[in-house]
Amino acid sequence: MTTTVERPATAAPAPRRRTPGVGAGAGALNLLNGTFLLVWGLLTTLPLLWAIVSSFKTNTEFLTSPFGLPDVARFENFARAWTAANIGQYFVNSVIVVVISVPLTMLLGAMAAYVLSRYEFPGNRIIYVAFVGGLIFPVFLALVPLFFVVRNLGSVPVIGEFLGLNSYLSLALVYVAFSMPFTVFFLTAFFRTQPTSIAEAAIVDGCSHFGLFFRVMLPMAKPGLISIGLFNVLGHWNQYVLPVVLMNEPDRKVLAQGLAALAISQGYRGDWTALFAGLVIALLPVLIVYILFQKQVQAGLTAGVLK
Amino acid sequence: MTKAAARGRVSKPGPALQHGKYLFIVVFLVFPVGIYGLFTLSPYLQAIWISLTDWTGLTGSQKFIGLDNYAWLFSDDQTLVALKNNALLLLVVPVITVLLGLFFASMLNVGRRGKSGIEGVRGSKVYRVVYFFPQVLSVAIIGVLFKYVFAPTEAGGILNSALRAVGLGNLAVPWLGDPDFAFWCVVVVMIWSFVGFYVVLFSAAMQSIPKDIYEAALLDGASRYTTFRRVTLPLVWDTVQVGWVYMAIQAMDAFAYVHIMLGISGGPSRSGDVLGVAMYRTAFNDYRFGRASAIGVVLLIVTLIVSLVFLRFARRERVELA
Repeated sequence: MTTTVERPATAAPAPRRRTPGVGAGAGALNLLNGTFLLVWGLLTTLPLLWAIVSSFKTNTEFLTSPFGLPDVARFENFARAWTAANIGQYFVNSVIVVVISVPLTMLLGAMAAYVLSRYEFPGNRIIYVAFVGGLIFPVFLALVPLFFVVRNLGSVPVIGEFLGLNSYLSLALVYVAFSMPFTVFFLTAFFRTQPTSIAEAAIVDGCSHFGLFFRVMLPMAKPGLISIGLFNVLGHWNQYVLPVVLMNEPDRKVLAQGLAALAISQGYRGDWTALFAGLVIALLPVLIVYILFQKQVQAGLTAGVLK
Repeated sequence: MTKAAARGRVSKPGPALQHGKYLFIVVFLVFPVGIYGLFTLSPYLQAIWISLTDWTGLTGSQKFIGLDNYAWLFSDDQTLVALKNNALLLLVVPVITVLLGLFFASMLNVGRRGKSGIEGVRGSKVYRVVYFFPQVLSVAIIGVLFKYVFAPTEAGGILNSALRAVGLGNLAVPWLGDPDFAFWCVVVVMIWSFVGFYVVLFSAAMQSIPKDIYEAALLDGASRYTTFRRVTLPLVWDTVQVGWVYMAIQAMDAFAYVHIMLGISGGPSRSGDVLGVAMYRTAFNDYRFGRASAIGVVLLIVTLIVSLVFLRFARRERVELA
C-alpha cells in the first residue's frame, strides 16, 4: 500500500503543457495539488495503520514508542480481546443478526418492489409513497416508541418468546423494517427497467405469478440485488443507534456497540492493546470485503444518492 | 411522476394472469408492509403524539399537554446548546466536505493534462480506493479510533505524541477534554469520514463528461480554474446538489460520534452536545419520553426544511449557471 500511495509525489513535476499562457506556475501548482492528494491519502490510512500496528504491541510499547513497531507480534492481544473483553461474543451476535436480517431484507424488499413496480391495483401509489417517505424521517424520531413496541412484543403469547428486547430476531426485524424504504425505492426503479417481453413469454409458457417472480424476475434482477445487498450488509453490520436502544444485556451487544461500550466505560482502562485488537477484529472483515468488491461497494453505497 | 406515466411503466398481464392476481399481490405485500408498519411507520406516528404528552417512565399515563414540551425545549439551555451545535454541523460539515470532495474528485479525474488529453493524476485509482475506507467502517469503529487519536499522551493519544515529535508540543491540548475543542474534534472526524464518499460520487459524475469538451477548453487556453468553474462544475452540479442535501441530513445525525467520543452528556461542560444525544439522554436516562419525542420532531422539521431550502436554492443556482 505504502509504495503506491507515495507515487504521486514523484509524478508532481508537471506533465508538459500545450497551452500558451499557463507556464512556469503550473509545475508548482501540480506539486501543490499532488501534495494535497497525498496528505489526504495519509490522513485516511495512517489512523487505521496505527490501530493495526498498535494491536500487536504490548501496553508498554504502546505508550512508550507510539510510532515504533512491536518487538514481537503479540497475537495474545487478540485472544484477550476475543475472550476477556467479550469481543468474540459481540462478533457472533453481529453475525447472527446480519445473517437473519440481510436475506430477509432482500427477499421482502424485492417482493414489495416487484409488486409495486409491475402490478396495477388500488393503493399501489400510497404504499409506494409510504415506503419511500421513510427515507426522510430521522431514525431518532422513532426510537422511543420503537423501544416500547419491541418491549411489548416480548410479552405477546407464543411469539413473545422469540421477540422483545435483547432478541436477535427482534433486532433483525427492526433492521429489515428500517432498510425497507431504500431497498424498495432502489429495487422498484430496477424492476421498472426490466423488459416486459420476457415476462410475457414466461406467462405464455404457463408460468404462475409466483413462478414468474422467483424463476424469471429475481434472477434477472441479480445486479441490482448485489448492489443493494452489499449496501445492506455494510449498513446492518455497522448499525449503532438501534442496538444501543434495543440490546442492553451485556451478552447480547453487537460488535459496533460492544466496542464503543468498551471504550466509553473505560472498562478496559490500562489494556489498550486488547481494545485495539478488538478494533482490528471489527474493521478487518469489512475492509477485506470492500477491497475485494470495491467497484460494487462504491456503486452500491453511492447508488442511493445518484438515483 | 404523473399517474399516467406510472401506469405506462406497469406491465399489463394478459387475461390468464388476472386469475389469482390479487391473492398474489396480498401475499407479497403483507410481510413487507406489516414489518415496516409495525417497526417504522407506527413509531414515527406515535412519536409525534408522544411529543404532545407529559409521558415519563414513572407514570404509565400520558396526559395531553399541547406544545409545553416544545416550550421547554426552546427555553432549556442545554437543548439550545445542542441546537446550536446541530446548526454548526449543518453549516460547516457539508460546505467543507463538498469543497474537498469536488477538489479531490476533479484532481483524480480531470486533474492532469497528459499526452492523451485530460486525465486523472497518477495514482488516481489507488486514491479512489483509499479515500473511501472510512465510508465502509462502522461509525462506532471510527469513534473509538479517534477517541484514542485525540486522547492525552498518557492514554496513548497519537495526535499529541505526533505534535511533540515534530516539536509542536505546546500545541498539545487535551482535545476531547477541552470545551473549546471537543465539538470541533467531532466536526473534523465527521468530515474525515464523509469526504471519500463524495470523491467517489463526484468522480462518477465527472467520468460521464465527454473528454472533447475539455480538449476544446484546452485549445481555447482556458486556465485550470476556469475549466473547473465553467466546464466541470456546471456539468456535475446536479450531483453536487443532491449530494449536498444528503450530506446535510447525514450531518444532523452526529449521535454515534458524540456518544462515543464525548460520552452521553456531550463532553466537557456538555459543550459538544447534539440533538441526537440530547434526545437519547432525555429518553433513556431521564425517562422524559414526551420531551425526548419533541426533540425528535424538531429534528424532523429541521431536516425537512433543510432539504426543501437546499433543493430550492440549488435549482435556482443551476439555471444561472446554464
